[in-house]
Amino acid sequence: MSTSTTEGQQHPLGIYFQIWILLFVLSGFSYAVDYLQFQGYLRWFLIVVFMMLKAGLIVAVFMHMIWERMALVYAIIVPPLLLLVFVGIGTLEGDYTFLTREIFFGGAE
Amino acid sequence: MTQSGQATMTETAPLLDGTPGVIADWSSDQRAFKKTPWGKAMMWIFLLSDTFIFSCFLISYGTVRMSTTIPWPNASEVFALTMFGNHVPLLLIAIMTFVLITSSGTMALAVNFGYRKDRMTCFWLLLATALLGATFVGMQAYEWTKLIVEEGVRPWGNPMGAPQFGAIFFMVTGFHGTHVSFGVLFLFIMAVKVIRGKMDRGEPGFMTGRPQDYGMVEVMGLYWHFVDLVWVFIFAVFYLW
Repeated sequence: MSTSTTEGQQHPLGIYFQIWILLFVLSGFSYAVDYLQFQGYLRWFLIVVFMMLKAGLIVAVFMHMIWERMALVYAIIVPPLLLLVFVGIGTLEGDYTFLTREIFFGGAE
Repeated sequence: MTQSGQATMTETAPLLDGTPGVIADWSSDQRAFKKTPWGKAMMWIFLLSDTFIFSCFLISYGTVRMSTTIPWPNASEVFALTMFGNHVPLLLIAIMTFVLITSSGTMALAVNFGYRKDRMTCFWLLLATALLGATFVGMQAYEWTKLIVEEGVRPWGNPMGAPQFGAIFFMVTGFHGTHVSFGVLFLFIMAVKVIRGKMDRGEPGFMTGRPQDYGMVEVMGLYWHFVDLVWVFIFAVFYLW
């Protein structure tokens, strides 16, 4: 599939329309999660799944990542994985701050 | 292989001094991204850095939301609209999401028609993308006005719950809206370039002086799709969570 030439990325129009429709449907699903008032872990899970699917489709097809050479793909996709560590640190910090606030302010402030 | 390549380069190319030397030295390395125009590689690296900026915002938001002892305002209720007597949760945000996805679709098509050298179709699609982007910004302005004037949300507090809500909201959506606004500006510039046939004739660019081609539309498209991509994450974690 990696046939990017100096002429640039040229692909059949059909795939753009397919992805476009898919993005609409997924956005509709995301909205339905709120409209139908799913709560708890189900809501959390569905939101993340639809979010990642939409992000993946945009990057892969609209931004042409699946047709780029591996060197570029890795250079762009791998560094953001570090953010997962950052998310973990943020979670620890958030929990810790919440606990200290509960202890010292008693939830009043 | 690499060493002989470097040796021939240092032998054939005379080394420059001073500021031109700095630029020549930095640009003389082996090319890592084969078959990728430099403009596209640079746009990707810019977008990577922008990813980290937006991630910092969203992770801070998560941390702030986890650490507050006062309940977080219910976004579903805060951003609800009353349409024809019906109370619809999150309606404006849903419409904004669909507008931005539509603009992403027209942008992808504009890139495609650009590479087909179809100047007119590329121009109209770029214009449509810009107008959809402007619509998005307009709806965001309406959303901000409603929140500030009617709901009384301020960066330091609001009547609905945790005071951090306003600060995070204005920061994250404001930064994203700024990205969209600049995108709209550059889309208009790009559309004018295309309709004037500058890409077809390969005229030197206004800023760079290099011959312009339809690759520029693709690089513009990368930026625009990124703006849509960021909205996917904001929509999910800020509005739906």
